[in-house]
Amino acid sequence: MTDKSKGFTRRQILVSSAASLAVGAAASAKAATVAGTPGWIPFDHNGPMHYDTPGWQFFTAEEAREVEAIVERLIPADDLSVSGKDAGCAVFIDRQLAGEYGTFARLYREGPFTPGTPAQADQSPLVPQERYRIGLAALGKYCQAQFQKPFSGLEGEQRDKVLTDLEKGAITLEGIDAQFFFQQVLGNTMEGFFADPIYGGNRDMVSWKMIGFPGARYDYRDYIALHNQKLDLVPLSIIGSSAWNKKG
Amino acid sequence: MKTTLSLCAGLLALSLGTANAASGGDSYNLVQKGRYLATLGDCTACHTQPGKPLFAGGVSIDTPFGKLVGANITPDPETGIGGWSFEDFQNVMSKGHAPGDKRLYGAMPYTAYTKVSREDNQAIWAYLQTVQPVHNPVETNLLPFPFNLRSSLIAWNLLNFEEGEFKPDAKKSEQWNRGAYLVQGLGHCGTCHTPKSLTGGDKNDAFLAGADLQGWVAPNITADPHAGIGAWSVEEIVQYLKTGANRFDIASGPMAEAVEHSTQHWKDEDLMAVAVYLKDDPRTDWPKPVEPLAADSPAMVAGKAIYADRCSACHVGSGEGIAHLFPKLAKAPLVNAADTASLIRVVLAGSRAGGTEAAPTAPAMPSFAWNLSDENIADVLTYVRNSWGNSASPVSSAEVTDLRDSLNER
Amino acid sequence: MATPKKLPATDVVVVGLGWAGSIIAKELADEGLNVMGFERGPWRDTAVDFNLASATDELRYNRRQELMLRTKQNTCTMRNTPAETALPMRDWGSFHPGNGTGGAGNHWAGITFRFQPTEFRLASYLQERYGKEVPAELTLQDWGTTWEEMEPHYDAFERLAGVSGKAGNLNGTVVEGGNPFEGARSREYPNPPTAQTYAPTLFAEAARNLGYKPFPVPSALASQAYTNQYGVTMGPCTFCGFCTNYGCANYSKASAIVNVLPALIRKPNFTAKTNAEVLKVTLDSTGKKATGIIYVDANGDQFEQPAEIVVVAAFIFENVRLMLLSGVGQPYDPVTNTGTTGRNYAYQTANSVRMFFDDKNFNPFIGGGAIGMGIDEFNNDNFDHAGLGFVGGGSTRVTPIGAAPIDSRPVPPGTPAWGSQWKKATVENYASSMSIGCEASSYSKRTNYLSLDPNYTDPHGRPLLRITFDFPENDLRMAEYCTNKVAEIAKSMNPRAFFPSPRKGPWANTSYQSSHIVGGFIMGADPKNSSVNKHLQVWGVPNLFVVGSSAFPQNPGYNPTGTVGALAFKAADAIRRLYLKRPGEMISV
Repeated sequence: MTDKSKGFTRRQILVSSAASLAVGAAASAKAATVAGTPGWIPFDHNGPMHYDTPGWQFFTAEEAREVEAIVERLIPADDLSVSGKDAGCAVFIDRQLAGEYGTFARLYREGPFTPGTPAQADQSPLVPQERYRIGLAALGKYCQAQFQKPFSGLEGEQRDKVLTDLEKGAITLEGIDAQFFFQQVLGNTMEGFFADPIYGGNRDMVSWKMIGFPGARYDYRDYIALHNQKLDLVPLSIIGSSAWNKKG
Repeated sequence: MKTTLSLCAGLLALSLGTANAASGGDSYNLVQKGRYLATLGDCTACHTQPGKPLFAGGVSIDTPFGKLVGANITPDPETGIGGWSFEDFQNVMSKGHAPGDKRLYGAMPYTAYTKVSREDNQAIWAYLQTVQPVHNPVETNLLPFPFNLRSSLIAWNLLNFEEGEFKPDAKKSEQWNRGAYLVQGLGHCGTCHTPKSLTGGDKNDAFLAGADLQGWVAPNITADPHAGIGAWSVEEIVQYLKTGANRFDIASGPMAEAVEHSTQHWKDEDLMAVAVYLKDDPRTDWPKPVEPLAADSPAMVAGKAIYADRCSACHVGSGEGIAHLFPKLAKAPLVNAADTASLIRVVLAGSRAGGTEAAPTAPAMPSFAWNLSDENIADVLTYVRNSWGNSASPVSSAEVTDLRDSLNER
Repeated sequence: MATPKKLPATDVVVVGLGWAGSIIAKELADEGLNVMGFERGPWRDTAVDFNLASATDELRYNRRQELMLRTKQNTCTMRNTPAETALPMRDWGSFHPGNGTGGAGNHWAGITFRFQPTEFRLASYLQERYGKEVPAELTLQDWGTTWEEMEPHYDAFERLAGVSGKAGNLNGTVVEGGNPFEGARSREYPNPPTAQTYAPTLFAEAARNLGYKPFPVPSALASQAYTNQYGVTMGPCTFCGFCTNYGCANYSKASAIVNVLPALIRKPNFTAKTNAEVLKVTLDSTGKKATGIIYVDANGDQFEQPAEIVVVAAFIFENVRLMLLSGVGQPYDPVTNTGTTGRNYAYQTANSVRMFFDDKNFNPFIGGGAIGMGIDEFNNDNFDHAGLGFVGGGSTRVTPIGAAPIDSRPVPPGTPAWGSQWKKATVENYASSMSIGCEASSYSKRTNYLSLDPNYTDPHGRPLLRITFDFPENDLRMAEYCTNKVAEIAKSMNPRAFFPSPRKGPWANTSYQSSHIVGGFIMGADPKNSSVNKHLQVWGVPNLFVVGSSAFPQNPGYNPTGTVGALAFKAADAIRRLYLKRPGEMISV
C-alpha cells in the first residue's frame, strides 16, 4: 500500500482529482478549470479510506470490551459463522468512529435541533462518536445498578435480555434514548459484518461465505444465463482473493 | 449574439491575415501545404507547450543524456528564428546545423528530416513565417557536461548521421515511396520506434523494431507477425493512426500525443501510404517466438485468477478487449514485446488512451499499484503474455519492484 | 461580502454538468458558441473515481453515499403539511441527489423509459375520459407540448445513452416482445435487450401466463459495445451488481461522464468549472434579461460570469432554489394558489411485493440497475379507471440491481433483527427471495410545493429549499390497487410466502424510495400556471432556460431520466434552430 499517513490510506483529494491539477493554471478564477481532455496523473486513484494501523483508534480499552460484548451477542457464534466479535465488528465500528463518519463530517449539522416528526428522520444533535460514548457509559451505569457488573460481565443470556430491553425501549438510559442507541449499534454491527473486509470487519469474508455472496467481482457474463443454479464462486474482496496466492 | 458575432469576425480577420502574410502569388497554397507538413512532422510536440502560443518553444524533452528543451521557432527576431533565411532553415533540416555553426542534438530529428525534400522545406518555411512572433527566450541545452558541448556532436554525426534527401525506389509503387518518405522523413517514426545505440543513434539494421522510451516502450512496428504489427491489415493501421485505436490496440502515453497532435490530421492517402510501406518489409527472418508457459505453472494459475477478478470486466476473458475502448491483449505486439516496461507501467500507474475527433472517448486504465502486489502484477502479466496465442518471457516480481521504485522517484 | 470579480463575458453559461447540462453544452458548443459549464462538485473520471478494484464498495457508496451531494454542502428541509415546521434532511434517505460531473446520472439505475403520448396532455386527456371522476384534490396540468414534438428528442437521447431494449410500437405497428403501451417510435432501440437473470425471467413467464405482455426494461446499461452520435464508445455491461448508487468502472452504464463529456471537454470553445457553486442568476434592471451568474469557488471567492444565454440544468432542487433566490417568477403560494415558482411538486409512489421461495436460487448478486423485465398493464391510464376513485398507475417490473448484503438480505416480516434466529433466516433467504416493484405515478396537489426555508441556511448563508409534500389520497388509493394486482402475479408464482408493500403515507425521509422528484418550475402553455414554455425558455426572461425534471407538471409511473434527456435535446434544438436566429420569446402569448 502506498500513501500512508497517520494510518489513513487514501490519496488527498487535491492530488487525486484530475481537475485540481489545473488549479494553478486558472489563477483568475480559483475554481478548478477543466479545458481539454484531462491528462493522466500516474497512480491517480480515489481509493477507500481505511486504517492499516493496529490498536483501538477511537474506543478506550473499556469501551472496546463492552462493544465486543455487545456484537458477540448481536451476531452470536454458531454453526453458521463466528461471532460478530471474532468477525471484527467492534474493530470496524472503532475505525468508522475515528473516520469522518464518527463526526458526521459530510452531513448538515446546523441547528436548531428539534425532534420533529418520525417522517423527518434522525434529528439528533449527537454525532456517532457521542452516541457511543454516552450510550456505552449509560449502559455501563445501568448494568452496574442492576447487576453490579459491567455489561461484559454478564452471562450470554443475561446480555441478550438487556439487549432485547434496549431494543424494545424497556430500559431508560441516561443521556440517550435506549432504542435509538440500540439501533445505532445494531446498524453499525451489521455494516461491519457485511462490509468489505478492508474496513476491519467481515474477517476472511466470513459473512459473504456464509450467505454465498461472491463479493467484489465485476464480471458475471459467464454466469448470468445459469438460472437457478448454485455457483459456489470464490469470494473476492477489495483487498484481493485467496485464489491469487501462488501454489507450489 | 454579440460575442458570437465578434468571434466570427475575428476568425475571418485571422484567415485573411494568414493569406496576406506570405509573399508571392501562390503563397496561400504554399502556406497551407506547409501547415500540413508541419502537422506531419508533429513540430508542436517539442516546440509548443500546452496552452502556450504556437511554436514558442519551451517543451522539455528527456533524453538518456539529460534534458533538452524545444526551441522557439516563431519568427521573433530576437528569441525565435526571425533572423534566419530559408537556407538557414534548410541547413537545420538537412544537416542539423543552425546559424552560427550551432550543431543540433539528435532530439531534433534531423537524422530523419534530412530525407525531407527541399521543396517541402520551402513550404514549411513559408508557413513558419506566418506564425505569430512570440518573444520567449528558451535555453535549449540543459545537458550536463560533457554532452552540453555541442562540439561533441561532430563525432556523433560521424557515427550516427547519413545526410541526404529521400531517394525513391524505382522498383516500388508511388504509394510505397510516399509511405517510405513519410515514415523515414517528416513522420520520424524511427526516432521513437528504432532501438538506439550507446550514443543514442538509431540502430538502422533494427529499423522500427521497438525501443525503450522515457519509461515507456515504443513497440515494434515492423511486419514481424508475432512481435510487430504483421497481423494488422493496411486498413487497421490507417484506423489506428486516424483514430488512435483499432481492434488490436489503443494509443496511450507518447503515442497518444502523436495521434492527437499529428496522425489524426494526416490525409487518408498519406496514412494509407504509410501502412502500405510498413506492411512491405523486406525482412522475413523474424525471431522465432518462445514457447508459451504451461497453463498449470503456478504463476499462470495465480495470474489467471487475478485476471478474472481485476481485468476481464474490461479486457474480456478471452483477451479480445473491446474495440475503441479496452485494448485487445491477445496477439498484441506490446504484450509480446521482450521489453515489459510499458506493460508493467500501465498496470502500476494507469494510463489514459489518446482521444481523437473520430474517437473522443479517451478511456483510461486504472492504477492498480495500490491494490496488486509486485508478485500479483508479475503473475497476471505472465498469464497475459502466455495466453490466447501470446508467448513471451514471464515477468518477475523483481522487474515490477524496480519499475515501481523508479516511477515513485519521478 | 465583497463585490464578485467580473470575468470576461461568454456566449453561454450552463449550470450543472449532469445529463441535461452536458447535453445542452455539447449541442451549443457544436453550434460554435463559447460555452462554460459550472459544476458544484468535482470532475469525475471513470478510472480515477471508479477504479475497478474499489468501485465495489457497498459501505462507501451505498451506506456513506460518497457519490451523493454532501448534505453539509447543500440539503433540503422537509415537512408533510404547511402546518408543520420543516426540518433539514441531515442525511439523504428518501432520495439521492448527485454531485460532481455526471451528477445523479453516475449513480442512477439506467432505466430509460419514454413517457406516453397522453402524458403530455394529461389534464385534458383525463378530463375528456373521466370528467368529474378525476379527483378534485389533484392539480394536473398539460405540458404545453406533444408526443410528436418529443419523439425526435427521445430518439436522440436513446442514441446518446445507447439504450438496450425492444420496440413495442414501431411507427404505429405493435411489435411482439416490446411494450405494447409505448408511443409510436420512429426507430428500434439502438441496442438489443440485455441478458436476463433468473428472477425477471420467472416473472415474465408468470406475467405471460396471466395474459400480460412482458418486455425487457429499457436499459442504459449497454448490452454490447456501442458508439454514440458523439463518437464516444461504451463497453458491454458485465452485470456486476454494483450499479444503482455506484459509479460504473467499465464504461457500460451510460452517464454524462461516459457518453457526453469526453467529446465535449475536447472542444476548444468549451470550459468546465468544477467545485464552483452557482449562487444566483443575475438579471438586468428590467428583470427581463439574464445577464449571467454569480458563482463561488472552493476558496470562497465570488465571481460574476456574464453570458448571453443562461441555461440552468442542475438537479430539480437546485433549479427551483436558484430561481427563488434569483427572483425569477412569482413564488408559488398554496393559500392563494398564485405564483409559479415552486408549484406542482411531485414525487414517485414506490410499491413492491416481496416473495420468499424454498426451491429457487436467484443468484441475486448478478444484475444491474436496469437489468429486468416489466409489464405496463397497470401503468398510468393503460387500464380503465372508471369507478375506481383514482387516476394513475405504475410500471411493474423485476430488476435485480445486485445484492450487496449490508442492505440486501431480505427476511420475512417478524424475523428477529439479530441473534441466531436472525442469522438462520438471513442465510436461508438470501438467494431465494425476489421482489416485484411497482414504480407508480405521483400527481400534484395544491399543498405540495417548494419554497425557501425560513430557518435553515447553507454554508453561504442562503436559505435551504423547503419541501412540503405528502402523497395525495389519489396516489395512496392507486398504490393499494396496483400493488394488489402485482400481488396476484406474485401469488401465481407459488412462493412460500409473499408480502405486498403498497406505499402508505406519510412521506418520510427514513428509507430510500426513489430519486424521481419532479416539478417546481414546470412547463406549460400558459405563463399564469407554468414557468417555462415548451422550449424550456423562462416566460418573460427569454435568454434564460431551465431544464430538468423541474419542468414536469406531475410524474407518471416511469423513471424520469429519458424525459430529462429528451427535454435537454429539445431545449438545445430550439436554441439552435429558433432562438439564435431571432433571440427573444420563442412563443408569445
